[in-house]
Amino acid sequence: MNSHSAAMDNSLQQYLDLYDANSRAIDAGCGAPLLNAMRPGARSALEGARLPERGDEGYERTSVNDMLAPDFGLNISRLPMPVDVTASFRCDIPAVSTLMAFVVNDSFVPSRTLEERLPDGVRFMSLARAARECPELVEPYIGLGTGSCPAADLNTLLLQDGVLLHIGRGVRLQKPLQLVNIFSSSTDMMAVRRLLVVAEDDSEAQLLVCDHTQDREHRYLSLQMIQIHVAQRASFELYDLEESSALTSRISMLYAHQEADSSLTVNGSTLSGGKTRNDYRLDLDGTGCRTMLAGMAVATGDQTVDNSSEVLHHVPRCHSDQLFKYVLDDKSNGAFEGAIRVEEGAVLTEAYQTNRNLLASSDARMHTRPQLEIYCDDVKCSHGAATGQLDQQALFYMQARGIPQHEARVMLMQAFMADVIATVRPEGLRDRLRLLVERRFHGRSSATCADCGAAHNTDQVCSSSI
Amino acid sequence: MNDDILLKVNGLHASIGDKEILRGIDLTVRRGEVHAIMGPNGSGKSTLSEVLAGDPAFTVTAGSAEFHGIDLLALSPEDRSHEGLFLSFQYPVEIPGVSMVNFMRAAVNAKRKYLGQEPMSAADFLKLMRSKREVVELDGKLTSRSVNEGFSGGEKKRNEIFQMAVLEPCLSILDETDSGLDIDALRIVAGGVNKLKTPETSAIVITHYQRLLDYIKPDFVHVLYKGRIVRTGGPELALELEERGYDWIKQEIDNE
Repeated sequence: MNSHSAAMDNSLQQYLDLYDANSRAIDAGCGAPLLNAMRPGARSALEGARLPERGDEGYERTSVNDMLAPDFGLNISRLPMPVDVTASFRCDIPAVSTLMAFVVNDSFVPSRTLEERLPDGVRFMSLARAARECPELVEPYIGLGTGSCPAADLNTLLLQDGVLLHIGRGVRLQKPLQLVNIFSSSTDMMAVRRLLVVAEDDSEAQLLVCDHTQDREHRYLSLQMIQIHVAQRASFELYDLEESSALTSRISMLYAHQEADSSLTVNGSTLSGGKTRNDYRLDLDGTGCRTMLAGMAVATGDQTVDNSSEVLHHVPRCHSDQLFKYVLDDKSNGAFEGAIRVEEGAVLTEAYQTNRNLLASSDARMHTRPQLEIYCDDVKCSHGAATGQLDQQALFYMQARGIPQHEARVMLMQAFMADVIATVRPEGLRDRLRLLVERRFHGRSSATCADCGAAHNTDQVCSSSI
Repeated sequence: MNDDILLKVNGLHASIGDKEILRGIDLTVRRGEVHAIMGPNGSGKSTLSEVLAGDPAFTVTAGSAEFHGIDLLALSPEDRSHEGLFLSFQYPVEIPGVSMVNFMRAAVNAKRKYLGQEPMSAADFLKLMRSKREVVELDGKLTSRSVNEGFSGGEKKRNEIFQMAVLEPCLSILDETDSGLDIDALRIVAGGVNKLKTPETSAIVITHYQRLLDYIKPDFVHVLYKGRIVRTGGPELALELEERGYDWIKQEIDNE
């Protein structure tokens, strides 16, 4: 990557320069005409644009500009990555063992085992390959949310691979699928990736995504988009779990589009990481949709977790819930800006939003800004936000029964997260998340895959044969 | 017979913020004794129990408390519990999201750890819970719920005695355990306390009313007023208070 003088006040330019100098190599590395064709539009949209900085509207605690400022390496020429990362991967989440895909940095790792095990009517594959081999499945949805902000345009500009999950019409999966994003590199690195989910009419699926870092030495940045299309009467659940190292930053933009009578659950949990910015924009575009958007953040040290949500009710009779909870310790920073917008004509909407935060130290900071905009009558909406400290009376009560203070605190923090964990519907996954959260509160995070597998005694070893 | 002394409180002063509430408490409780502490509202009865249990909201400014020979005030609240002190709260705290089972398991195993014992097996623990529930006729459904959440007033007080039964303290402080109880619940709660009573264990019963003392017979009755114990007598003192109220004592003390 070209390095530029400090005189440049917006870090976008270095990426534009990079693209301008390497556009052919980027196209060739991607190899998918459909994706390559989107770049020129993104390039012109970014001309004269600037990345949001701290203090900009909606970016109270996060500077996307600063996150993108370091001179990260990008794997433009698609050098192969060490595959032993996935071979040695161990996972002890039961019920999610068989259908597992890996993305190492920004490349999908092909797996024959996965292909053989996939049920009919399900595609779970490299996005670049899908864009080449079955562009008709990708093309209608790949534009979802693009052009909404400079970071999304930048993703389109530099995107070379990612994942397509396509659930065919009427296909109902019994077990969750799993996608593991792993950072592993011998240098600092940035990964531009995209997950496209298309759930066709009457289909049903659940996907667990885990973000991990393989080492604690290098700086990583993921700039990712998640695009979800849920067609009529389909049901899709996304459980997105970040457990990365303190040197890892994440900029994630999720765009979902729901058709009539569909159901969508998105649960984004940040258990560890460096700086995290998640944007959620959910469009409820068909009547009778049900939507659950939940999130939790457990932050320590200098960690920052910033979630921004927008749920848009365009049509009548949809129901949406948002539930975000944070436990902030040490000098960590949290932010939540959440909006519900009920547009004209979206009568009989039910839309709710709750944000609750616990400050476990006097140096932790939380910024919250719930917003509710209603442009029609006959709706039920509510929103509420509260930030407080651990209940001292409860703490003393537990201590008086002999429970040591540290353990009592962990139990109270765990209890605080109970309703977010309850939004996870598959039981095995819910139990696992509960355990991971508990371990996190006990000060043992599993930021790397190796920790995750090794910390728990299990016979279940999930590895992907290449 | 110093060996018989379970609790010895000497000149105990305690404050919350700038406000001094306990102003020199002297109290000696021997093994097997039941002491009742009565007194008008605001005299410091609950504060005394909370200070003995280690509530960090209060600051001890003077005095001492020895609990079977060890310095009680130097211990954390959890260690006081492990050493055998139990406070039945006047207002048991609701803890949404923490199940009774997890709460009690954590309490039982913390005590075992303190005593150098292995954690209790799941089967043994459930057996223990079941047998102790019977002491206060506590509904099994309650133990699968969050701690005190949605419990009625009576259920909360029964739950306190249930926890006392599980933890088997040598000194129980019952802070207005009778408040908010109807007569049937009172009989069950008091019956539970009596069932748990042994010649080795002691209780401090804080109450406004003689009524509870019909069920839990005290050996001594103390009157607490303005942060001091101003009268001590036998059970007959409680009857006298029931008949005459506190005003005569207040007048005597205030005129001194």
